[in-house]
Amino acid sequence: MHLGLTEPVRECQYNQICTRNSSPMENVGHTKKRSPQRKWQIFPGRNRFYCNGRLMMARQTGVFYLTLVLIIVTSGLFFTFDCPFLASNLTPAIPVVGGMLLIFVLGMLFRAGFTDPGVLPRATPDEAAFLERQMDATNGSSGPGYRPPPRIKEVVINGQTVKLKYCFTCKIFRPPRTSHCSLCDNCVERFDHHCPWVGNCVGKRNYRFFYLFILSLSFLTVFIFAFVITHVILRSNRTGFLSALKDSPARYPFTKGNCQMLSHITPRSQAGSKHSEVPISVDACVCALVSVWFVAMRACGFYRRWSAFLDGVGLTVLEVVVCFFSVWSIVGLSGFHTYLISSNQTTNEDIKGSWSTKRAKDNYNPYSHGNVLTNCCAALCGPLPPSLIDRRGLIQPDTPQPAPLSNGSSGYTTQLHTHMCDQEQCIQSTKFVLQAATTPLLHSGPVVIGRGGPPLSGKSSLGVTCSSLAPNQPSLPSSMPGLSCAGDMLALRDPETHCHHHHFVSPEETPSPPGPMPLTLPCTAHAGHLNPAQLYDPASQDSLHEDSVRGLVKLSSV
Amino acid sequence: MAETHSLQDMRQQATISAKVFIQRDYTNGTVCQFQTKFPSELENRIDKQQFEETVRTLNNLYAEAEKLGGSSYLEGCLACLTAYTIFLCMETHYEKVLKKIAKFIQEQNDKIYAPRGLLLTDPIERGLRVVEITIFEDRSLSR
Repeated sequence: MHLGLTEPVRECQYNQICTRNSSPMENVGHTKKRSPQRKWQIFPGRNRFYCNGRLMMARQTGVFYLTLVLIIVTSGLFFTFDCPFLASNLTPAIPVVGGMLLIFVLGMLFRAGFTDPGVLPRATPDEAAFLERQMDATNGSSGPGYRPPPRIKEVVINGQTVKLKYCFTCKIFRPPRTSHCSLCDNCVERFDHHCPWVGNCVGKRNYRFFYLFILSLSFLTVFIFAFVITHVILRSNRTGFLSALKDSPARYPFTKGNCQMLSHITPRSQAGSKHSEVPISVDACVCALVSVWFVAMRACGFYRRWSAFLDGVGLTVLEVVVCFFSVWSIVGLSGFHTYLISSNQTTNEDIKGSWSTKRAKDNYNPYSHGNVLTNCCAALCGPLPPSLIDRRGLIQPDTPQPAPLSNGSSGYTTQLHTHMCDQEQCIQSTKFVLQAATTPLLHSGPVVIGRGGPPLSGKSSLGVTCSSLAPNQPSLPSSMPGLSCAGDMLALRDPETHCHHHHFVSPEETPSPPGPMPLTLPCTAHAGHLNPAQLYDPASQDSLHEDSVRGLVKLSSV
Repeated sequence: MAETHSLQDMRQQATISAKVFIQRDYTNGTVCQFQTKFPSELENRIDKQQFEETVRTLNNLYAEAEKLGGSSYLEGCLACLTAYTIFLCMETHYEKVLKKIAKFIQEQNDKIYAPRGLLLTDPIERGLRVVEITIFEDRSLSR
């Protein structure tokens, strides 16, 4: 039983994990906490995950719910108040088609909103180190105090020169057409735009769903709009226009109270009157769209007289107004995206004018397949690539995890902490708190966890580190951004703890301490003293501060 | 098998000497292709031809996965008509090819790379960004 106490620590060192639980003492009362972790729980981007990692959305989902409410309420009103009349007087196919359209719209909305848009996983520490070394080799190290230029790689794609930028957050060179979404803090492949209405980014994997959503929604709104007007017209042909609106079942809750008032103020528009008695003819209304008529009525000062009546007209009008504005905005958007699909561009590229001939005479889109049909087929019917981030995969003990830099879903990350080896966790946490507290004050670059320089054998490295810190550093290889938790040896040693390191990773473009010195946690406090020559710009200081705060908040929730 | 290593042995005991990352080749656009340039770190470990053959086969497999043709359009249209519920029952063409790729890599590791103290990592585990080749310390020299 004595062994049970020491074993967890030993296990952490040699097996590189803390989640493996062989001690019977720890088993008691902790069985629930030892369930295997899934990768979505340590996902570094700002996303929310539902259904144990199956569904993925952006952080702000308020507008998505608004979209849902608008669609459901408008359709609900249509089915409840207009369909009975239309089904009985025209054809029952109307509610059936409407229903099918609605289901398709909602399906596509959920698909677009909950699908991984094509997020690129962040680079593993080894990968990041490798890239760093390559860039140092090509750029050469600059003198101290020199801020590195943003790294760019040029590639020739189908005859066009394309610049690939280095993403400081994800530590990769972004593939062509990939962009980093600042709202979700992820690099997304074939990034189109971040759509708050669907609550997600629109990228390679969900662009077709997004397009089908707006296309089917255009059809739905036109459908509803057309049939509501048909309903009003049919009724008005029987009973007179205002009476039609008055008697419309959509007004049922308001009918009784209002009718008496109306008959008092509007002796002309009595129920049973066969003709429209408003100044503007029914035909003109239909042509000019009902909503315009209501606006005109108000402008003409009839409002005070007719306001009670107008308020009573209620829900039919509500449907019409929502549909009217939706029609124009959504149909417009569908048209725009149809153009983008046919020319195989993204919204991002179109807005920037990347392939416009205004930029350069021989500028053309290298991704286009040549003809409109192929472009459309490729975008809509092409193969659906799988998700690259493996949300539901179990965290393997020997897999190096990339930097879980940022927030993630607040509820989920705390669970991760409790699953860690407690003792180790405690030590690391304390060090991080110290680190976080001192970092903004010292104005220094944060911890460098190895540079992937001379490879050290895994287990003996800890002893090497402190002694190897020399205060007089050689010239800063200031082309290195932020932290690279890149030491091979750390990747070997303790993937869980170097994940924690990254809570305090400095953001992009902060020059980091130099030297191929592997530093580990005990030496973090020293790091602050070593970098007198570093430039510190306000932007990175803010984000560094933000990161520190974030880290502190995270730790306080442990 | 004194001089060669089995895959299991390597994973459990060997220490990692270095890692090489084969980057993506974007000259044909956004299709998934890897550079066939032979990295210098592998010079004394494996034959250049062998390496290039492996990468070329990988590239061909990925091209097959992303191919636009009659069958992929048919699959896309069918999926759209069934509101993408069909993918609950069957897997996409891309996923089928990814399984093929995983098997290919496993096979290459077992036959060619592991005996030389190298290990290929499936690119899908690195987000299709790189082919990671882990170079293990050559224990046959130290033992």
